[in-house]
Amino acid sequence: MDNTIVATHDIHAEEHHHVSLPQHRHHFETAEQQREAGTFGMWLFLLTEIMFFGGLFFAYLLYRNWYNPAFVAASNQLSIPLGTANTAILITSGFFMALGVWAAEVRKQGLLVLFLLLTTLFGFVFLGVKYVEYAEKFEKHHVPGASFDISEFVNPPINQKTGKPIEEPLSPDMARKTQVFFSLYFAMTGMHALHMIIGIFLLGWLTWRAQRGDFSSGYVAPIENFGLYWHFVDIVWIFLFPLLYLINRHPGS
Amino acid sequence: MSTTSSTIVNLPDQRTATLPKRNYLNAEDGLLSWLLTGDHKRIAMLYLISITFFFFIGGIFAGLIRLELLTPQPDLVASDTYNKLFSMHGIIMVFLFLVPSVPATIGNFVIPIMIGAKDLAFPKINLLSWYLYVVGGIMTLAALVLGGVDTGWTFTTPLSTHYLNTHVVTTGLAIFVAGFSSIFTGLNFIVTIHRMRAPGMTWFRMPLFVWSHYAASILMVLGTPVLAITLVLVVLERTIHIGVFDPSLGGDPLLFQHLFWFYSHPAVYIMILPGMGVISEIISTFSRKRVFGYTAVAFSSVAIAVFGFFVWEHHMFIMGVSNYSALVFSLLTMLVAVPSAIKVFNWAFTLQKGSITFETPMLYAFAFIGLFTIGGLTGVFLGSLGMDIHLTETYFIVAHFHYVMVGGMLMAFLGGVHFWWPKMTGRMYPESISKLSAVTSFIGFNLTFMPQFILGYLGMPRRYHAYPAEYQVLNVLSTAGATVLGIGFLMPLIYLTWSLKYGAIAGNNPWQATGLEWQIQSPPLTENFIETPIVDYEAYDYEWLAHKTEQEVTTVG
Repeated sequence: MDNTIVATHDIHAEEHHHVSLPQHRHHFETAEQQREAGTFGMWLFLLTEIMFFGGLFFAYLLYRNWYNPAFVAASNQLSIPLGTANTAILITSGFFMALGVWAAEVRKQGLLVLFLLLTTLFGFVFLGVKYVEYAEKFEKHHVPGASFDISEFVNPPINQKTGKPIEEPLSPDMARKTQVFFSLYFAMTGMHALHMIIGIFLLGWLTWRAQRGDFSSGYVAPIENFGLYWHFVDIVWIFLFPLLYLINRHPGS
Repeated sequence: MSTTSSTIVNLPDQRTATLPKRNYLNAEDGLLSWLLTGDHKRIAMLYLISITFFFFIGGIFAGLIRLELLTPQPDLVASDTYNKLFSMHGIIMVFLFLVPSVPATIGNFVIPIMIGAKDLAFPKINLLSWYLYVVGGIMTLAALVLGGVDTGWTFTTPLSTHYLNTHVVTTGLAIFVAGFSSIFTGLNFIVTIHRMRAPGMTWFRMPLFVWSHYAASILMVLGTPVLAITLVLVVLERTIHIGVFDPSLGGDPLLFQHLFWFYSHPAVYIMILPGMGVISEIISTFSRKRVFGYTAVAFSSVAIAVFGFFVWEHHMFIMGVSNYSALVFSLLTMLVAVPSAIKVFNWAFTLQKGSITFETPMLYAFAFIGLFTIGGLTGVFLGSLGMDIHLTETYFIVAHFHYVMVGGMLMAFLGGVHFWWPKMTGRMYPESISKLSAVTSFIGFNLTFMPQFILGYLGMPRRYHAYPAEYQVLNVLSTAGATVLGIGFLMPLIYLTWSLKYGAIAGNNPWQATGLEWQIQSPPLTENFIETPIVDYEAYDYEWLAHKTEQEVTTVG
């Protein structure tokens, strides 16, 4: 019978002795296999997210190349202090998430709940700052659509000290292309913010489970996998911030 | 036992045969036990029912299109209705039938069993993907009932964003949702194939069906998100007028084409690769031979997936892309023909000197090989730049992709459904009528689409509801063929449903096939295997099977 499908009962039974967690699912042989599969699945999901954002980044780079003067002028409308502050806030949030994963691994329930709450708090602060930035765009009519106003790019305000425009004036034709920048700005940061909002909902659910004690006995896969997601959202912002706010703000200067 | 030279079918004695007392179908009762199931086999059946529904909806549109084209005059429907007919036909068939067809039904059912697992890695995500499919399907039906959409299945901008007043947003979001269903299916397959294989089931002991699904899953996971973001941008452009594709704002419609075809060309490999996997299984089983060049066939699936990502621009040769990039993409397009040809030649060599029998799945497999070869070779015509300019946007294109998608994938799907029907339901389909339906489909298919090659070559453009009178004869042939084809597709629906109650009891392994799924009871237990199998034989090892069968007989005796 060595040439056929046989099930070795002993090995099989022995493996199941290691499985003690209530979260273990029947179709996995071992808890380790379950954990590996979950993490692998999460990485694959993040890969799809990279492709998802990749389409936006591709569009941004293409149009930045085509309409460089318009993109430079439009990106000068973004506030570097707010963007920098938000970058710091998001990194802090990610730091607390990393601490949360650690707290779960060493089975410190109180610390885990605390760190998850801090992660959530900084997530909310990020969205608050983003709201301030969006509101300014609405006031200045820099939201794509019928009310979009290009006058500021055609006739930039005059600097009182030098008597020159603070910005290189654009031809009306090029000034209209700033709308492409703001379209992509809202699409990219909006899609990022949507991921944060989904993340905050998940954080709420994880916090509730953590204070219930779900992750206090060595089962930490949801915390770890959510951590991967949250860091991914951070990294998207780490790319968005320089692309939208920083690079090449004053060509020729 | 009725093993004669003309058949390998090995059914238990029908007077005493019974279905297994415990199996996945009767493990739990009630509608909720199905709607909340985590069992990959039940989810596969849910998919089978829902995609069959959408297949026939899409088929009705195809019938109406052919009926309109019976005469040169626009006499059945108005031009905008005709636009909606072919758009809804394309959208439903591509996104709600072809993409999930084999992977979500047959793949879902047999992949975990083939690799010796109890379930897919993420059963809840598997169920979620079915719900996403259903939501996407309902949204598409809603768009249909509310008045339809007439962009074509390609959502070409700025037509879709500026010039149409139909339900582009609803349909776009429907496909977005259905796309995530496909992403989750692919993700589940990849993780399952990596992490859930039974002891001894090495990568090169896996059936080729699993390999082809692995390759298709890579395409689903990497390609579909790009379609998702593209559709989001189209929807945002329609609703809040952002300007990414809108030329009046400085956007570029060609960017839409790049992003759309970056998914939608790999998507045709998502559609055809699982079909190729089905064919490998069927050809091997019914010629009693290991698939010739197993490794080459396995890697050709991966090669198709990789090359498939670098050919999208061949949909855009006439759209004003750079001549130099067109040259590169033309070459790369022809390169995809190489792994496809490797498969066809290896199937042919598998048949050589095999002891071939002609059960229904084998007939579908033969249809696949012939029709797919025609479809694939005409694809090489279209990949060459000069021919493409003459033939693109004509019925030649329509015939080409129907040869691949219907002649290829649909034949493979039907072949696969017949092949695994005994495993899924525990009962046989009626053999002679199903052979008749396979032959009917084959004849009807060629009668429908062969004239369209000629029509296209003569210059009849696609997407019009009226045409010059000299094209009528060929169009009448095509419509007549569509009628025959429709009958060929209706027949399985009827006799397969009939067989659920009246089919002969199949037993564990009616085909004497070697896959792990054939070594367990039909229909399988919810947990598939009573004990985890340990695999110590290569794929398609018929000697191992014969040896095992002997052993069993000895033991029982």
